[in-house]
Amino acid sequence: MYQILKQIVRTGIRSEAPPATDPELRSIAQQLEAAMLRTLGRALVIRQIDAGSCNGCELEIHMLSNPYYNLEALGIKFAASPKHADMLLITGPVTKNMETALLRAYDCTPAPKLVVAVGDCGAGCGVFGKSYASCGGVAEVIPVDLVVPGCPPTPRALLQGILTAISGV
Amino acid sequence: MRLLDQPLDFARLPGEVAAYGADTDGDGMLAFAKAVKDSGGRFVALWGADQREDAAGYAVHVAFGLAEGLALLTLPLAADAPRYPDLEPLYPAANRPQRATRDLLGIVATGGDPRPWLRHNNWPADFYPLRRDCDASRTFPPQPEDYAFVRVEGEGVHEIPVGPIHAGIIEPGHFRFSIVGEKVLRLEQRLGWTHKGVEKRFEQMTLSDGCRLAGRISGDSTVAYAWAYCLAAESLCATAVPARARWLRALLLERERVANHLGDLGYLGNDAALSFGLSQFMRLKEDWLRTQAQLFGHRALMDCVCPGGVAIDLTAQGAAALVEQCSAIEREVRLLKHIYDEHAGLQDRFLTTGRLAPALAAELSVAGLAGRASSQTWDLRLQNPVSPYAELEVQMASHRAGDVAARVTLRFEELFESLRLINEIVARLPEGALCAPLGAPGRALGLGWIEGWRGDVLVALQVDGDGVIRRCHAHDPSWNIWPALEHAVMGNIVPDFPLINKSFNLSYSGVDL
Repeated sequence: MYQILKQIVRTGIRSEAPPATDPELRSIAQQLEAAMLRTLGRALVIRQIDAGSCNGCELEIHMLSNPYYNLEALGIKFAASPKHADMLLITGPVTKNMETALLRAYDCTPAPKLVVAVGDCGAGCGVFGKSYASCGGVAEVIPVDLVVPGCPPTPRALLQGILTAISGV
Repeated sequence: MRLLDQPLDFARLPGEVAAYGADTDGDGMLAFAKAVKDSGGRFVALWGADQREDAAGYAVHVAFGLAEGLALLTLPLAADAPRYPDLEPLYPAANRPQRATRDLLGIVATGGDPRPWLRHNNWPADFYPLRRDCDASRTFPPQPEDYAFVRVEGEGVHEIPVGPIHAGIIEPGHFRFSIVGEKVLRLEQRLGWTHKGVEKRFEQMTLSDGCRLAGRISGDSTVAYAWAYCLAAESLCATAVPARARWLRALLLERERVANHLGDLGYLGNDAALSFGLSQFMRLKEDWLRTQAQLFGHRALMDCVCPGGVAIDLTAQGAAALVEQCSAIEREVRLLKHIYDEHAGLQDRFLTTGRLAPALAAELSVAGLAGRASSQTWDLRLQNPVSPYAELEVQMASHRAGDVAARVTLRFEELFESLRLINEIVARLPEGALCAPLGAPGRALGLGWIEGWRGDVLVALQVDGDGVIRRCHAHDPSWNIWPALEHAVMGNIVPDFPLINKSFNLSYSGVDL
């Protein structure tokens, strides 16, 4: 225990200031009303869904919880159930095999809900294209509020996208 | 030439990988497969191809790992009845590749498991996307599927279905647990959810464009895949890759290994309720990735390896930064290893949990990190090295216990060895060009075989005369390890499954393709 405490003290606080929001990332008009966002502040629960990605985006989404980005300190956390979520953070491309599961998760998420499509594949311009096996971007299957492009997007870009989605119109 | 005294005429395949190819029929394949098993070799991969354009019907390729290198058997199959003998009785690991090959090409293993694997009823049973005349842009409405999971019966037995969407931030798959109380009697996996049609996608690409796709088959192994793909492409074109590029590729591959091990060690602590471990290791991983972004332009090193060489370089200043970081990371990880080793609660969760016995690992052809934790001492960097590994004298780590603790310890040991290798590579990095022109491709089969952080990644590549990819199969080590996880979890309690699963950390996207 002494070693653990010593290492925690030695490491200190590494959290960095979050990035500014960027309205350019919005793809459609905000579903959540500004008034509601003012009330909720930044308290947000995210359900992340891999709808067919190469796992590259997931690795960067994981990094949001590391001490540098410290997502939870901003009041944002990940949930295991879409029923507990305010936002779906979805990577793609949406495969045909995941299409039904994604639609069910979307239907389970209580309204009003935010959908953020992550990565070039989620945005619909990824390397995998559309085919018998791939529906393409997330917007081909469910309505998308905001897109965070990148292959994969950096944690800072992801954080900016999430904060923009809850920054109000 | 002969291999294992079998009556097959093997020829050395072109390129850097020690690979030998021979054509045979069903009986010849079974006899050779048996000889491989008796000699302590392993099943590596199985895939099919449509060669009807050359009036040659179909073909199924089976790759085995031997002490001499890779033995690749090709079975020509009739266009009207493409069938070959079921390999599963000899090699259980052949089950899923055989089913995937049938789903994609309509090539059937006679007497094999009749259940689909990649096809989840979202395209018709007679739609074979990898047939050359198949229009893969067609789409079909999703249909419900009734998949025949094996039922466990008895008093008190019940099932827990998990997925495809998992509780955490992780790739999709379905796990069907049959349990009594908290004890797992059986786990059956159903994968294929992230099937994106990668192999068909390759066939719309040129040899040089395909590298970008290869680097995105499994996002955590982009260097391993890109390097294996490039080796295959370079062997087709007889390209001589400059020395500096080869050494830089090894540098990138070892950095990829360290990045993944850092992340896994954090999550393994976290899954045993030591969140301190996650914070500490993820901090180190973030430092590691930031250095990669700064020096090589991409945090995960995507697109750094390109056909003919590398798309990055290392300055003297960058080299100094790498050496300094290796020493800093080593210092920190040694301290954290001490904390992990001395933490009674953590070791209690790790030790004897999720055991994969060495004999079973051999039976299932498990290689890579999971194999080495169960006495399967395969490491291409030593046994079938491509340049520069023959000059690096990699020290292989291995353990007999095969439990979570062994896979954790192995990660620590491999991480330290990779840090040593990075220092060595930086110190001995040759000067010179970074990339050579690819040249005109031949029509043979090109192979690339690289020891990624998870295990051996195999890429087999063929092109048409106009430089467009005709067939590309990329084979992830997870194919053989996933079935081993089904065994490793038996008799454990359900709450230990996430820990056991993480200790293997297998790829979904890499096997779903």
